[in-house]
Amino acid sequence: MSLNTHLNFHQSGKHFFHDYRPGDDFYEALIEAHQGLSDEQSEILNTRLILLLANHIGELNTLREALNIARNEPVDG
Amino acid sequence: MFATYKNPIYDYRKSSDQEASPPVHHPLIIVGAGPVGLAAALESDLQGIPAVVLDDNNTVSIGSRAVCYSKRALEILNRLGCAKRILDKGITWQVGKVFFQDKLVTRFDLLPEEGHENPAFVNLQQYYLEEYMVDQLAENENIEIRWKNKVVSVENHDGDLDQPVLITVETPDGPYQMTTDWLIVADGANSSVRTMLDLPIHGKVFGDTFLSADIVMKHEHPLERWFTFDPPDNPGQSTLLHRQADDVWRISIQLGRGADHEEEGKPENVRARVRAMMGEDIEFELEWTSVYTYRSRRMDHFRQGRVVFAGDAAHQVSPYGARGANSGFQDTDNLVWKLKLVMDGKAPDALIDSYCEEREYAADENLLHSTRSTDFISPESRVSKLFRNSVLELSQDHHFAKGLINSGRLSDAAVLTDSSLNTPDDGSFLCNMVPGAAMDDAPVKVGQHDGWLLSELGNRFQLLYFHEDANEINEQRIEQLLSLQQGDIPVQPILVVNSGRGVKRIKTLVDVRSMMTTRYDAQDGTCYLVRPDQHIAARWQQLDVNTVRQAVKTATCNNI
Repeated sequence: MSLNTHLNFHQSGKHFFHDYRPGDDFYEALIEAHQGLSDEQSEILNTRLILLLANHIGELNTLREALNIARNEPVDG
Repeated sequence: MFATYKNPIYDYRKSSDQEASPPVHHPLIIVGAGPVGLAAALESDLQGIPAVVLDDNNTVSIGSRAVCYSKRALEILNRLGCAKRILDKGITWQVGKVFFQDKLVTRFDLLPEEGHENPAFVNLQQYYLEEYMVDQLAENENIEIRWKNKVVSVENHDGDLDQPVLITVETPDGPYQMTTDWLIVADGANSSVRTMLDLPIHGKVFGDTFLSADIVMKHEHPLERWFTFDPPDNPGQSTLLHRQADDVWRISIQLGRGADHEEEGKPENVRARVRAMMGEDIEFELEWTSVYTYRSRRMDHFRQGRVVFAGDAAHQVSPYGARGANSGFQDTDNLVWKLKLVMDGKAPDALIDSYCEEREYAADENLLHSTRSTDFISPESRVSKLFRNSVLELSQDHHFAKGLINSGRLSDAAVLTDSSLNTPDDGSFLCNMVPGAAMDDAPVKVGQHDGWLLSELGNRFQLLYFHEDANEINEQRIEQLLSLQQGDIPVQPILVVNSGRGVKRIKTLVDVRSMMTTRYDAQDGTCYLVRPDQHIAARWQQLDVNTVRQAVKTATCNNI
């Protein structure tokens, strides 16, 4: 399985009237999860989140592909 | 003051009400002659409710203010009779482009399909919109606008429905009083009536300062919305560009936290920012500026007894998404037909509560989207900014990240899926036209004329009955459909056919391009019950007159 980089957010049993809606729902939940955390605590949250999601994906070629994209495109704070 | 527009002055005229004792009684008084108050007045006229509109000023909006009017707003304004002038004067658009620094990262098309009478958006200075609405009301005997009439006190007896509302109005000739059965309050974000009644409103203030400027310039620029994150001329912030009528351009520049409002508002500083954004050699005139922070909040309840709030008086959002005036039009679209049924004794007071239920829900949706946009445009924390910038970086090559970019989710019709006025669906339809949705437009033929579905709908309950071949509709079915016109709340039947001769006694729409059939997932016998505000109340795959009547009761709170 190769890495899916198309917009892929959805929720089972729920109909969305706009394509952007489930992605926005996720993004808000992500930012809210960091609410009130120190920078260090945020980093730990992100680390744990990556580990959980990586295990859920599981397939190593997919994960390697994601790691490459993430590594090749650094972001300035 | 403005190079391109001169505000009309509307004369204060003394009313005989000012000499009357005891105070004159009116069925409906509307406070505020802004876009929402004027829409309420036009709606009242359509419903046959005589109304008095009070405004503390004597002209239209000073400055362009609201600029972007949505397709849904235009559909409502079309029903109110003033969309044509707005469209003729305004700049229509449907494509938005988003830039990150100097690169285009995504574009969105707000109306990717054809077959709609109105465009996705029209940009027009608010003063033109208001002027056209005032003109529309000018020849009207049912509606009276009283300029320079400032409401200074409201006695609402804590919302007691058994007593009329008593208001005191200040004029150049001194104060006078009136009583009214209903008071629609559309006096804007700083609603003085809301303050007088001390009604609760809750929300939050955003930290960033923004500058909006209208400039006049000749410029070749596509008719699109351009939003830029982290532009070279304004690092770390954002800019937004919209074209309006008369070569006027709206520029919005994010200034960040703690900006000095007075300093930033000085014309020389605004000019420098405009030149930085548009190019050093650009020739322009500065017409209007505003430096502001914004808040988003809504009233806990949109009514207190006989006093009902609409538009910015009831709810305010950040401007990204054009969800201010556009939601205000949907408020009065929702409210006035309900008011008429309650005034006429054809529906209980609970129907006005359903205005609150539906429009408070819509306000929450607007608050949600505009708050999300604001959080994306000006992230508050370090980690939030990191995620935002990562989305923008990844969006250059990866589709999913384009979808996460939020530069404003633009206003469209509220989908009232959870409304208590809906009759639940049986699940047999495959389309977005669910109970609670505003109807999609489509091209139709009416008699020999080309027309549009939404221009044929509204102001009363209607039942669309689909049948491919008009010749196949039998006499018994026609009698059943016609019988819906009887009773307290008549339902006008409308046939939607693809071929065959029309039925004389029933209005017939020909689905010339089969778009209605597709958009409504229709087959022979499909019915849609439509409310006076063009929202769907119920739908079925086959006609049953008693079920339709029951659904009308549900949609008017008459089933209790």
